[in-house]
Amino acid sequence: MIANYGYMDGSGEYYITIDTDKCAECEGKMCIAACPKGLFVPIEDDYGEDVVEIDSGKVKELKYQCMDCKPTEKPPLPCISACTPGALKHSW
Amino acid sequence: MTKEYWRWDEKCWKDESMDPKSAGIISAGIDIGSVSSEAVLCLDGKFYASNTIRTGSNSPTSAKDALKPLLEYTGIAYENLDYIVGTGYGRVNIPFQDKAVTEIACHGRGANYMVGPSLRTILDMGGQDCKAIHVDEKGKVTNFLMNDKCAAGTGRGMETIADLLKVPITEIGDRSFQIDTPAEPISNVCVVFAKSEAMAMVKSGKTLNEVLASYCKAMADRVTQLLDRIGVEKEFFITGGISKNRGVTERIEENLGIKAVKPKDARLDPQTAGALGAALFGFVLASKKGSKKASRKGQTL
Ligand code: SF4
Ligand code: SF4
Repeated sequence: MIANYGYMDGSGEYYITIDTDKCAECEGKMCIAACPKGLFVPIEDDYGEDVVEIDSGKVKELKYQCMDCKPTEKPPLPCISACTPGALKHSW
Repeated sequence: MTKEYWRWDEKCWKDESMDPKSAGIISAGIDIGSVSSEAVLCLDGKFYASNTIRTGSNSPTSAKDALKPLLEYTGIAYENLDYIVGTGYGRVNIPFQDKAVTEIACHGRGANYMVGPSLRTILDMGGQDCKAIHVDEKGKVTNFLMNDKCAAGTGRGMETIADLLKVPITEIGDRSFQIDTPAEPISNVCVVFAKSEAMAMVKSGKTLNEVLASYCKAMADRVTQLLDRIGVEKEFFITGGISKNRGVTERIEENLGIKAVKPKDARLDPQTAGALGAALFGFVLASKKGSKKASRKGQTL
């Protein structure tokens, strides 16, 4: 399943997209430890797969949550580097 | 008492041709939304009965208020329910449910039942949020996106305008087409700003219908943007309370260049897709993991 978490507002679109089919196969779930803001939360989804979702309390402020990781001169984002299966995408 | 312009029909409905006494598995689905709550009963995985009420301030009461009258109306005893699945934003607070399932998955399954295996894209415009969902031929979700940050495409946003302009919510769709000049878009669908913008339009001499048209258009445009993110594949279906407002749905269809399909059985109400999906999950769970009836023995709601 492709899960899109985030929102759009007057300033742009802020979505983190997770390919949860990859999460279901992912042993380490390294995104959880790698994200300094604790955005990734392990869950069992409705079809019984162990995947991750974005913390529902933080999903409406992704733009601000991810701000520290995002200055352009920095190397790849911690979450993207940690996710070796390549399940993650940011829209901004 | 002041008139409440946001009101819609609250009622129980059942399929008279079906008999709960001959059913093997009776499952219940309860969808506690922010604005309305629905209860659906299925007999052996077939839609049987439904009830829609306005959500009260607390979820456990709303769940009971939705289910209890439906049980009385259908003559089914609480202790005879094999499986109860809760969904919607208030799902975690339903004390008597056997399992909670997200509204995304429930809408996928419920809409698949209503439309059939060719359904690919669902737009759910609920009370407080708006979701775009892709499903496979079995109704399993393959892609989803949810907007609960702003009121675009939500019932709450529409009710605010209904109340502000004192137009019954059920008339908004038709009236939004009774205009002479094309709708001028309201720039902001955020409820707070749209309210003042709508008032300004009224003051500047626009007719009520023109303001309604502008608001419906703004909502449709915002929702189309949301849909663009995951794309729209046919068949396309709209669920939730706003599915009944043609002022918004027809403008979305126009934006997309795609017509939304209707339920294959006209008696199925798209507003109950979430609760129906929950009841269908209940049927599958009862069949695979066993009935939970014994845990309700001797109890009433
Ligand atoms: S590391 Fe990547 S694949 Fe693994 S759980 Fe996290 S997002 Fe999913
Ligand atoms: S960009 Fe930083 S804060 Fe945002 S999800 Fe990735 S690791 Fe977490």
